[in-house]
Amino acid sequence: MQIRGKAWKFGDDVDTDAIIPARYLNTSDSKILAAHCMEDADPEFASKVGTGDIIVAGKNFGCGSSREHAPIAIKAAGVGCVIAQSFARIFYRNAFNMGLPILECSEAVAAIATGDEVEVNLDEGLIINVTSGRTYQAQAVPPFMQKLLQAGGLMPYVREQMIQGGHKF
Amino acid sequence: MAMTISEKILAKHAGKPQVQPDELVEVRVDFALGNDITAPLAIEAFRLAGAKHVFDRERIALVPDHFTPNKDIASAMQVQVLREFAREQNLKYFFEVGRVGVEHALLPEMGLVLPGDVIIGADSHTCTYGALGAFATGVGSTDLAAAMMSGRVWFRVPHTMKFVYRGKLKAWVGGKDLILYTIGQIGVDGARYQAMELTGEVIDALPMADRLTMSNMAIEAGAKVGIIPPDKTTEEYVKGRAQRPYEFYQSDADATYAAVYDWDVSSFEPMVALPHSPGNVRPVTELPDITVHQVVIGSCTNGRLEDLRDAARVLKGKKVAPHVRCLVIPATQDIYRKAMDEGLFQIFLDAEAAISTPTCGPCLGGHMGILAAGERAVATTNRNFVGRMGHPESEVYLSNPAVAAASAVAGKIIHPGNV
Repeated sequence: MQIRGKAWKFGDDVDTDAIIPARYLNTSDSKILAAHCMEDADPEFASKVGTGDIIVAGKNFGCGSSREHAPIAIKAAGVGCVIAQSFARIFYRNAFNMGLPILECSEAVAAIATGDEVEVNLDEGLIINVTSGRTYQAQAVPPFMQKLLQAGGLMPYVREQMIQGGHKF
Repeated sequence: MAMTISEKILAKHAGKPQVQPDELVEVRVDFALGNDITAPLAIEAFRLAGAKHVFDRERIALVPDHFTPNKDIASAMQVQVLREFAREQNLKYFFEVGRVGVEHALLPEMGLVLPGDVIIGADSHTCTYGALGAFATGVGSTDLAAAMMSGRVWFRVPHTMKFVYRGKLKAWVGGKDLILYTIGQIGVDGARYQAMELTGEVIDALPMADRLTMSNMAIEAGAKVGIIPPDKTTEEYVKGRAQRPYEFYQSDADATYAAVYDWDVSSFEPMVALPHSPGNVRPVTELPDITVHQVVIGSCTNGRLEDLRDAARVLKGKKVAPHVRCLVIPATQDIYRKAMDEGLFQIFLDAEAAISTPTCGPCLGGHMGILAAGERAVATTNRNFVGRMGHPESEVYLSNPAVAAASAVAGKIIHPGNV
């Protein structure tokens, strides 16, 4: 799986209220959530971000609440991948469950700046800063997890598997 | 092999003699919960997966507490999703307004979450039940959906960090101050992916309300669970409420810990977390004059009867400062009734504080007390992130209920002893 886009850089401890403020959680409509993605950290983010763009952040990305609306908002905003130094526990699990690719790589985070063109190869865990020409190695996403991401998350993945196994819904 | 409480509970629920940190295990879930924000997505996922029935109609609670009483049409529609699912699945525990309370106050009070349990909730503060000696942790809606279907969940067994609190607490210092201090010391990711085990003579002497406050905020240090060894206090709290059998687990004396912190807390003052992080903690005595516009006393962290008593002790015979709004939010209907019967409402009303029906409301900037740009609140809640209680340019200071009440009277953040 390849992802390519512009980098948007954020700091440490980006919390889920910054990713999607609770005042918008009276809906789970992904379009509405996307329109407010990262609003309290950067009010213009949702209008600036392009399809395939990449969020690059420091440690403990996604700390705070368990809201799955956070990875939903990021993904629906068009973001193709989040690269961080580290992720909060619940967000990490939610991101895969929602089909949002994420990678941990401190070196890439330190070296990538907002506006850099970045390419990510999930099969190999390779992060390429196209702007600077430098390459960084993160842990590869194993094949079954990539299938899960391609399916759009855990439940669509499980459903596909069951249909392939002969289950009729 | 020696094990910690968390390891023993996970081993038991995985049907194994023992487990080790970093091991992946699939465990049986004793209880699962969701609220009006997270359950609609879980129900959608449940249907997408083609599931027809929940694993056990008596081991799931749907608690519409965040935007209730429904603040607008959209939130009413979300609660309707819960209500219809609860009817369809004949769930035993769905709560309408009039019976509903803040989930992490309500479920322990009802004896639905118990010592030795594995509990998952689609709410990050599910870790509150660690105070009962349960392995309880927050998950996303999809994981809740899977657990509602199968009654099982997979975990990576966390490493455990041990915290030992020694000495004797000063007046006006309690569980909130201890956990704020702890987060201040280790940072908001200091216990990321780990189990916190909260121990020592101070914890042994701590009432259940304070213990629930401490475990509640374990997630604010990134922890998976904040567990407290069950004891006499636990037994007294649980007996008479428990809806099921329960079991006490204790860590072995030679269990392995990833880290041990040992603090004498005798000299501690009440703590305040300054904007915009629960880890930005200072003793109240070291703060400059900070004027406040709103005070919120409530939430899953500090909305219990003992918390309201602390606030009332400070507010008795006093008035909330002009230009300050003081909101008191009993966390459940039972707490509401007892506070009223004890005469606490009289004290709050005489002080010109507002008393709200149980709701999470302002804690997450939902409704019932939202801040304007430039406004500052002292709250007994658990998070003070940017925009948490309203406008992105507002500020939230986290404290214990006595400091919050004192600050309402003074119009600035002060020590309760100085009111």
